[in-house]
Amino acid sequence: MKKILLGNEAIARGAYEAGVKVSTAYPGTPSTEITEAIAKYEEIYVEWSPNEKVALEVAIGSSVAGARSIVCMKHVGVNVAADPLFTLAYTGVNGGLVLVVADDPGMHSSQNEQDSRYYAIANSIPMLEPSDSSEAKEYTKIAFEISEKYDTPVMLRSTTRVSHSQSFVDLEDRCEVGVKPYIKDITKYAMMPSMAIGRHKVVEERIKKLSTDSNSLSINKTTYKSTKIGIICSGVVAKYAEEAIPDASILKLGMVNPLPLKMIREFANKVDKLYVIEELEPIFETQIKAQGIDCIGKEIFSIQGEISVAIIRNKLLGEPIPQADIALPVRPPVMCPGCPHRSVFYVLHKLKLMVTADIGCYTLGAGQPLNAVDTVVCMGASIGMCHGVDKALGREQSKKTVAVIGDSTFVHSGITGVVDAVYNQGSSTIIILDNSTTGMTGHQPNPATGRTIRDQVTHQLNLEQVVRACGVNSVQIVDAYDMVAVEKAVKEELAKDEVSVIIARKPCVLLTKEVKSPYYIDSDKCKKCGMCMKIGCPAIMMAKDKSVSIKADQCVGCGVCVQMCKFDSIKLGGKTNG
Amino acid sequence: MANVLIVGVGGQGTLLASRVLGNYAVLTGQDCKLSEVHGMSQRGGSVVTHVRVGENILSPIVAVGDADIIIAFEKLEALRWRHYLKKEGMIVVNNHEIMPMPVITGAMEYPKNILEKLSSECKTLVINAAQLALECGNVKVANVIMLGALAKNLGWKFEDIAEAVKMTVPAKFLEINLLALEKGYNAK
Repeated sequence: MKKILLGNEAIARGAYEAGVKVSTAYPGTPSTEITEAIAKYEEIYVEWSPNEKVALEVAIGSSVAGARSIVCMKHVGVNVAADPLFTLAYTGVNGGLVLVVADDPGMHSSQNEQDSRYYAIANSIPMLEPSDSSEAKEYTKIAFEISEKYDTPVMLRSTTRVSHSQSFVDLEDRCEVGVKPYIKDITKYAMMPSMAIGRHKVVEERIKKLSTDSNSLSINKTTYKSTKIGIICSGVVAKYAEEAIPDASILKLGMVNPLPLKMIREFANKVDKLYVIEELEPIFETQIKAQGIDCIGKEIFSIQGEISVAIIRNKLLGEPIPQADIALPVRPPVMCPGCPHRSVFYVLHKLKLMVTADIGCYTLGAGQPLNAVDTVVCMGASIGMCHGVDKALGREQSKKTVAVIGDSTFVHSGITGVVDAVYNQGSSTIIILDNSTTGMTGHQPNPATGRTIRDQVTHQLNLEQVVRACGVNSVQIVDAYDMVAVEKAVKEELAKDEVSVIIARKPCVLLTKEVKSPYYIDSDKCKKCGMCMKIGCPAIMMAKDKSVSIKADQCVGCGVCVQMCKFDSIKLGGKTNG
Repeated sequence: MANVLIVGVGGQGTLLASRVLGNYAVLTGQDCKLSEVHGMSQRGGSVVTHVRVGENILSPIVAVGDADIIIAFEKLEALRWRHYLKKEGMIVVNNHEIMPMPVITGAMEYPKNILEKLSSECKTLVINAAQLALECGNVKVANVIMLGALAKNLGWKFEDIAEAVKMTVPAKFLEINLLALEKGYNAK
């Protein structure tokens, strides 16, 4: 049966058909939907883990126990999981283990565009890269076979365009592979120096064998057409290349680490001009050039951003690329109308504080007109960085500095930052923006929501108790919409010579879908002062003559703008539209 | 082969619209690839989804200058993505404005005479989808109204596109979406 599936759904289907028993992940664009799709297969145990490191450790445990296991994350998630990953490369597996990583060239929804292929090289483990949904499913299954055949974890790399595009997939039945027996073997699974020395040798031998075998691997494919132009590529770029230069010969690498060097040399010898086209880093190119093979790569293609059909036509054929009208007003993403983060950020902006922020919807607090964010680095960094500012500049600056972090991000990697600030006698003020969900990635539950991925009720992590247990004595909980309460709490906590936490709580407006009656502007009372414009709500518009209106189809009735108006001109009862 | 770009503002339902077109391709036995936007861009930003229908589709992305049709749920977005259109291509545009943040804050002005500009440059079909959606009782179904208008213009059978909507939309929203589709299909 054929079905049209998202690349991420196809990876999930591959895991299902491969007989996977355990699936773990932390949400992150563009990888999130893999695990959401796996949750629909009842045969598989599935969880949102608190972060990628834990997710991988759970998967290692289930693999050692004998079950096929899959763990999924975005590219920066691998940084978090890197610690267990590097040693997992030594232990190898029992049941097959596949780590799916979704890279984000062009940074559609990420803080950097690191290339995960470096992790496969650094770990000396194989990595496969599919080019569409059909291959996403097929390669997932092949990854499990390779994992068990070579006793190695296997990385499956996707990119945004593969993860988030849909194409046809042939559905097959699940193969129940069962659970392999666990046999205690500390020389393989207990990595202390004496054992690890032995295992490192295994790793080196394994990657050599994989390297040789990759030359006959069916997913490394050569298609000869005209031999004037030869292109080496992988993933979605292979589709672009075939479309852009239909008569080019193409070597499409299904396995992107280790490289089939013999195959590459043969291909290079048969074509007049060899191009290596890869998104992000010159990883193939560097290895190919190291073999003394002449090729053209990053001399003409950028390391930054995505490759496209138009770019390939431009670089190889000289065709111009139609350009966009750059004079148009940009439309960056913004906080939704009714977003509970807006009011908090307005207060921080008004108080002119330095704000170390974090990863999530609230990163949007950096945009105009709120302009309330100073730093964004990685999951959990807000708290450590706030403490660092405190230690570098002392109490005077720490009275003007706050960390902001979301509930899911706090659980992911904010807790250790709090422990550090308390232990080392800091005075940070930390605001947890608790919108009761993992917002930016599409509303996944997390330990603080008290629901599992399959919506079962579970223990709800109590954020207040957590920070108190870390040694924070001063904890306040405020309604995020209540700007007076937020401002009062922020001022009080900044004045205290100790670490303090404010939990600004209000569920994400997209989650509750609670649309109250919209507000409207009473034009008789409005003095056109523009105060309501300062919160940057997309539902409020100011015309050229400074008259203000509220769009009834966008307003969700949160009432934050009402608190901005000194003239009582924002009133309930705008026309609804269903 | 048809290359379609669906553009709009995050939250306007470009994703659902592209999935309806994907299911239309399934129903009519054609190959199809869709490319979507998830994550940060969905929060009120400029969004684009790509739909390619035909035989043996390779790239899931419509190349710049290769779009046969652009469906724009918002006027400024039609202008922003206009360069993707082929010379002989068509823009189907919702006569609707959503102000981007630089306009809201007063830093820039919303471009004037967009419809006139588009009409002078390419075949342009203007649909008052926002207005028609209000008549259906929910502004959110403007996306399906646009699809109805497109289907009519391309000579698709109403039953086929209606079936695609049925395959895509959750049961509880089906009635209003079918009403919206009909309104779009019969719009002048």
